[in-house]
Amino acid sequence: MPRKSRLHIPRHHSRPGEEPDFSYLETSPAGAVARPDVNARARDIGNLAVELVRVLDDDHQAVGPWHPHLDPQELQVGLRHMLLTRIFDERMQRAQRQGKISFYMRSFGEEAVSVAQCMALRPRDMLFPSYRNQGLYIVRGRALVDLMCQLLSNTRDMCKGRQLPVMYHWADGRIFSISGNLTTQFPQAVGWAMAAAIKGEDDIGVSWIGEGSSAEADFHHAMLFASVYMAPVILNVVNNQWAISTFQGFAGGEQRSFAARGPGYGMAGIRVDGNDFLAVHAVTQWAAERARTGAGPTLIEHVTYRGAAHSTSDDPARYRPKDDYEKWPLGDPVERLKNHLIALGEWSEERHAALYKELEQHVSESWKEAVQYGTLSDGPRLNRDLMFQDVFKEMPEHLRKQREQLRAEQGG
Amino acid sequence: MAQMNMIQALNSAMDIMLARDPNVVVLGEDVGYFGGVFRVTDGLQRKYGEHRVLDTPIAEGAIVGAAIGMGVNGLRPVAEVQFADYIYPACDQIFSELARLRYRSSGDFWAPVTIRTPCGGGIRGGQTHSQSPEAIFTHVCGIKVVMPSNPYDAKGLLIASIEDDDPVVFFEPKRLYNGPFDGDANKPAVPWSTHAKGEVPDGYYTVPIGKAEIVRKGSAVTIVTYGTMVYVCEAAAKALGIDAEIIDLRSMVPLDVDTICTSVRKTGRCLIAHEATRFSGFGAELSATIQEECFWDLEAPIQRVAGWDTPYPHAFEWEYFPGQQRVAIGLKAVVEAA
Repeated sequence: MPRKSRLHIPRHHSRPGEEPDFSYLETSPAGAVARPDVNARARDIGNLAVELVRVLDDDHQAVGPWHPHLDPQELQVGLRHMLLTRIFDERMQRAQRQGKISFYMRSFGEEAVSVAQCMALRPRDMLFPSYRNQGLYIVRGRALVDLMCQLLSNTRDMCKGRQLPVMYHWADGRIFSISGNLTTQFPQAVGWAMAAAIKGEDDIGVSWIGEGSSAEADFHHAMLFASVYMAPVILNVVNNQWAISTFQGFAGGEQRSFAARGPGYGMAGIRVDGNDFLAVHAVTQWAAERARTGAGPTLIEHVTYRGAAHSTSDDPARYRPKDDYEKWPLGDPVERLKNHLIALGEWSEERHAALYKELEQHVSESWKEAVQYGTLSDGPRLNRDLMFQDVFKEMPEHLRKQREQLRAEQGG
Repeated sequence: MAQMNMIQALNSAMDIMLARDPNVVVLGEDVGYFGGVFRVTDGLQRKYGEHRVLDTPIAEGAIVGAAIGMGVNGLRPVAEVQFADYIYPACDQIFSELARLRYRSSGDFWAPVTIRTPCGGGIRGGQTHSQSPEAIFTHVCGIKVVMPSNPYDAKGLLIASIEDDDPVVFFEPKRLYNGPFDGDANKPAVPWSTHAKGEVPDGYYTVPIGKAEIVRKGSAVTIVTYGTMVYVCEAAAKALGIDAEIIDLRSMVPLDVDTICTSVRKTGRCLIAHEATRFSGFGAELSATIQEECFWDLEAPIQRVAGWDTPYPHAFEWEYFPGQQRVAIGLKAVVEAA
């Protein structure tokens, strides 16, 4: 019988009111995936793009060849950074609900990606983040007050009021300006890395996008240039399963892992448990060494979950079950690292509760300071003349004229 | 007749066309199950199925490219680009392909694609959710460009766009989705139910592409505008007590030169207002056309009121937005000129 062609429409795993069903998710047992030499040829390590690198097992032990053997102190620092990221996110979400800031995007559930990766990199490595990588700023030590002032578009806003909240940048911390347009940073990171290689420096470029953004042409452009020139770059696809309302199947994740696009372009691709701090750290170290020693770029797919809404403008109850994050098979990154440290005898519920309280207070004090520099509705405001600066290096005549017109319009 | 806001009116247009014509398909990011981030396609997938209302990957170039292919193969695609600020990855497909396909193939190939995209500021969207890039599209030969300012026109123009055999870029001023907005952000929002143009027929009708509408008759000055600025200009003229004739263009390509020039010949004065940046904005085309056609009738230089020539800044939204004050300064200048 001849069959008619028919469109395939990717299936969502479950919809509001249904039981979350994550049976589509393919995992590997912790410790099961071999760790190849950092100089291995991409064509010989295709399995990394299909299997799932995991270190933490169900008993909270670190196992297998990817175990990074980090000091407990370093793990505690990692836990602190992740927890601070989470508490900061929660407080800023509340600030948006209170009308103090116009917009916010949380990274709830994905904290290990930014924190573990950034800790595995060198301070001179250049980061090209998406809008959900606030952990990078936490690890590199940017004061919370500075981040909050950006969110408030106030007189100390690093963006001088020009960007939406969360679109930070930090030149001294080597974190690139965040764009609202998706995936544009991916080829830019490759170009930055090409420049490092041209100049003979061993700094690497690192960039992040969501799996939904891998649909943009810029993803493919970046992959092509990275592989053609063997650029010293790490390209991360944070597969948090959701692009606003559309499930990862709509970005192509139903047929093949996102990591598998690495081998497709002739470069290494690794699929990692993005909620496993140790695994993310280990994989990043491997990829960084590979890039730094001329063995080429790596595409890392972090399998994680967007525990929160896309943004404060989004309502996920319209398109996914309410309890799906609790049912996510890879658990919560903060809980898993905490439990591992407790299993090591290097942490306790009491210490955790005390840390939580300490960080909450830090966030709260930072907020009190930040709002003194103004909010959208009260307090000091940025000088409106700033609107006309930095369009060009030198302000052209027509912008000077418009600046005067605005002054006249607003009564001097 | 029913009361509709602009979201409901646009939804109704697509609903009617999906029902009338089996070749109409809707595609875009989040448009299917979710019903669109602004709810404009709400319920359409449930009603017409997943093969006619398609969720797509986040790839504007592919959305438009695929829509062209669908159009060439007999469908009548309505593609949504979630924000006009995100249309640029699709521009090669729009400028080099969609706009020129009919021309380069001597009419053998063409694609009746409608691209809907929300534009404009006033919702605290910062520089990536506030842009008004319509002029860029008017500069490309072969695409029609429209921007309705109210629910009635939105529905009628969208149906006309879907039925049009030429490609149409259909801009939706998102600040007008829920009500007319006169530029004063401190006033409570006004719903469409208070406005005559919130009365929308339930069924099929069209508003012709290429026809402007005189929304207020007057004799002292002609205001040529479109989108959100229609209401800002109305309010500014009223506050000044100036008897302005206000023209809502509705379509930029093709342009209703007759309606504009008949009015300017009558009033002898003209102010052009748009939210988009001024330099090489659509106002420049309007000003040049009016000068060419009406030079001997003009009693004062044509005034342009527009957004400043900077990106749309988050913190200075209302300093950037061409509000009533900026319109008033322009109006006084053009009316008081000897």
